Order: sequence, then C-alpha cells, then structure tokens
Amino acid sequence: MLKYESVSELVEAAEARRIAISQLVLEDQAAALETSQLETFERMEIDLQVMVRSVAMGAKKDQRSMSGLTGGESWLMAEYMQKTAGGLSGSFLGGAMARALAVAGCNASMGRIVAAPTAGSCGILPGCLVAMMEDRHVPEKDVVMAMFTAGAFGMVIANRASIAGAQGGCQAECGSAAAMAAAALTELGGGTPAQCADACAIAIASQMGLVCDPVAGLVEIPCIKRNVSGVMVAFSSADMALAGIRSKIPADECLDAMREVGDALPASLKETAGGGLAATPTGRRLRDQVFGVEG
Amino acid sequence: MNIFDIIGPVMIGPSSSHTAGAVRLGRVANKLIDNRPLKRVEITLSGSFAQTYKGHGTDRALMAGIMGYHSYSPEIRDALDIARSRGIDYAFSKENIKGAHPNTARIRYYIADGAEGTVEGASVGGGNILVSRIDGMEVRFTGENHTIIVMHRDKPGVIASVTQMMHFEYADLNISSFSLSREAKGGNAIMTIEVDSQPPEDLMAKIRKIGHVTNAILVRRL
Repeated sequence: MLKYESVSELVEAAEARRIAISQLVLEDQAAALETSQLETFERMEIDLQVMVRSVAMGAKKDQRSMSGLTGGESWLMAEYMQKTAGGLSGSFLGGAMARALAVAGCNASMGRIVAAPTAGSCGILPGCLVAMMEDRHVPEKDVVMAMFTAGAFGMVIANRASIAGAQGGCQAECGSAAAMAAAALTELGGGTPAQCADACAIAIASQMGLVCDPVAGLVEIPCIKRNVSGVMVAFSSADMALAGIRSKIPADECLDAMREVGDALPASLKETAGGGLAATPTGRRLRDQVFGVEG
Repeated sequence: MNIFDIIGPVMIGPSSSHTAGAVRLGRVANKLIDNRPLKRVEITLSGSFAQTYKGHGTDRALMAGIMGYHSYSPEIRDALDIARSRGIDYAFSKENIKGAHPNTARIRYYIADGAEGTVEGASVGGGNILVSRIDGMEVRFTGENHTIIVMHRDKPGVIASVTQMMHFEYADLNISSFSLSREAKGGNAIMTIEVDSQPPEDLMAKIRKIGHVTNAILVRRL
C-alpha cells in the first residue's frame, strides 16, 4: 500500500516497476477500497462525466450565480475566442479557460460539480482535462487514468500541506488543483513520473502564498477567475516539465514550504472574508449589496 | 483518505461547508423524522450561516437534506419550492447561539401527528459536520464514521442489551466511540455509537425492538 506522504514515494514506486503513476495508483486504490481495478476506474469515469456536464451547464449565456454577483463569464470567453480566432492565448487554451469558467460558474449557480480537490477550485481539473479530451482528442480512457495521477498528487498535498482554504489559503485550493492538473497533463503529454513531480513542484511554486479572500465569503470573487489562472499555471508547469526544465526545489520540499506559508498566513487571509479583496471598499460594498448592511 | 476524497465528492455547489455540509445536517433530521409526515420546520441559523446563507443556498441545502435529498441531488436548488409543493411549512430565523461553531443550525421539526424534535449541529468544513444536540440532549458525532443513534429510556441494562445484540448478530462490527447523554435519571436518553464499518441494513430494526428503546437511526459516513 502507498502512504501518499511524499511525491518521491510515488515517483520511486512507479519507476521501479516502469509503469505510469496512474497505473500504480489505480492498482493501489482498488486494493485500498477492497474492489476491482475496473470498478475503481469506472467510478473515476463517472466523475469525468459529471465534469463534462458541469462544463455544459456553466457555459450557458444566461448562467448566473445565486448571489447575482457573477455569471456568463464562460460564454463571454468562448464568444471572444471564436470571434478573434483564439484571442491572445490561442483557441486551445481559450477553450480550457472557458471550461474552467463554466465549471466554476456552474458551482456558483448551485449546479452539480466534482470537488477537485474542493468546490472552490472545481474548474481547474475539468478545464485542463476536458479540453485535452474534446479539443486534442485524447482518448477518454487516458484522461480517466490521468485523473488517478492528479488524485495521487492531491492526496500527498493533503497529507503534507493542506487542501483547505481555511487552513492554507487559496494556494491550498486553486494551488493544489493546478499542481494536480499539471501532473495529470504531464502524464498525458508522455512525461515520466519524475517529470510529473517536476510539474507539480513548479505549479506549487508558482502559486506559493496565494491568499483566500472571497468577497462576501462567497465562492465567486475572485475564486472563479483564479480557476482560470490555475489552468494556465497547470499548462505552463506541465510544458516546462515536458521540456526538460527541472524544478530546482523538489516537490516534497515545495509542499513543506507551502504548509509553512499557509500556517504563517493570518486568519484574515484564510477564507474569513476579513482581508485581501474581501476587505477592499468595493469588496465590502458588494457584500452589503448581497447581504444587506447589517451583515 | 482515498482518491475519491480528493477527486470528489460529486456535490451541488457552491460551498462544501455552506451547501454540502448543510445538506448533511438536514439529513440527520431526515433520519430522525423517518418518513413520518412532516408539517413544519423551523430553522435557526447562527454565525456565518446566519450572515451568508442566501448566497450559498444554505437554506435550500438544509431543507433538501431534511426532505432526504443528498449533497449531490440537483433538487437542492429548488428545495424550497419542493417543500411548499409537499405542504411543508418552513421558517428561517437568525440567532446568535452562544458558544456555537460559526456555521451552526438548529432544526426544529413538527410531525403531522403532533410529535416534534430538534437537531443542532455545525458544518465544520469540507462538508464535514458536528452534531451537538438531539432533542436538547448533548451528543457529539461528526459523520466521519458510521454513527448509530439510539434514543431510549434511561434504564439499567439497556446499553448492555444494545451492544450485546450488536456483537452477537454482527461479530465484526467494531465500536470506535460510545457516549451517553440523558435528560434525567430514568428519563429520555441518547446513545451515540460510532462504528468502524457500515452496519447491516436490518440492524436498526433489531435495535428498535429492544426494551425501552424508542428509536434507532443510522447516519452513514460522509
């Protein structure tokens, strides 16, 4: 059984057997859950199917959040990408961004999502992976397997640092999701287990210290847009790793640093809506607009 | 922790604490109501729940859970309309419950036959809950383990009968935590029994048949 206490454990175990991290983890988790590999795979496949439906729901023009503060961002992005033949980032990344906005918007309008690892960061993994499947035509089977790699890195992050904004700030939510997605993309791109670890480390390093400062305490501002940043960090980190650019700081040490930074963040920057963007004049005004001045 | 705690759960947004956890708190009440016709629900919200419940759909989530929906049910969004169409009257109020966790709700339910009950608990993050009171009596369980709640009269031998029956019927069912709370000597009492594995379906029915036991419910692990 794997302990999921270090990234090096995953890399060493996969390399020793000359298999992908996804295969290693599928076997391990089927054993841990006392079920077959097929059932475990199919359970993950259902999660991917839910993600695809979340994209469809949140991509609608009239998508609006429960509070009314946000809505329709995915549609705007998709429209712009189409009109400009790919905007500045290109159609592929544009599509990934639009999907991340869609899933985060779906979440804000009480739609069904897969927490990955949390509801606040639920757009990053589908933004990356559904784009790979639908626009790069990566077989669904491979995408489901890559989700095992993402989940394995997520478990290590949860054990070694944190995946809760209230504990570690946004680096623990969108940061973790981007690191998980970066590892999954690297595997889909043909990378080695060590390159997956590098991608994870680079993504964590890129978002080190990101605070959790939701306006009015709602999972909307800036959470929805940070899902898009997470997608971009995931792709850039994966591409760096696949190019052979190593993380100078090993992934496990990045995670230990992330934990220390999370512990050092003041409570006002850990999901309490007491600091950062939430405490700006406009952030406060939006809060009063939604909940009334007494709130 | 397994991989589906990280990629998952499938849930209705927007917040694991203010939406998914709220559904789960409601579901504890649903288990206590146990299919009896529900007439009215009064929900008191405290702390962060009181301040932000509308933006997170906490009110809909609580009602959905009370009606038996899950944290992944799309009906959560329309739960207040569904309650109205089922003839369930409901009211929400805000109160600062002293010493309570910031995300605390107290659910008081009224059954058509005049029976009533309360559940008080908090959503403590990540969809996890901590139930602190049932019918005014102190309990303490999180939903991280399978939990059996046994409501009974405080009489000698009742605890022994319940645990003995659990052991003889299902030898591999292991108790990981046990606590007892009572109103007064000889009065209403509650056992909170957390177990390591999922109890068989028919266990609750068997416990209910034990003398002086008034109800037994199972709150499955999150």
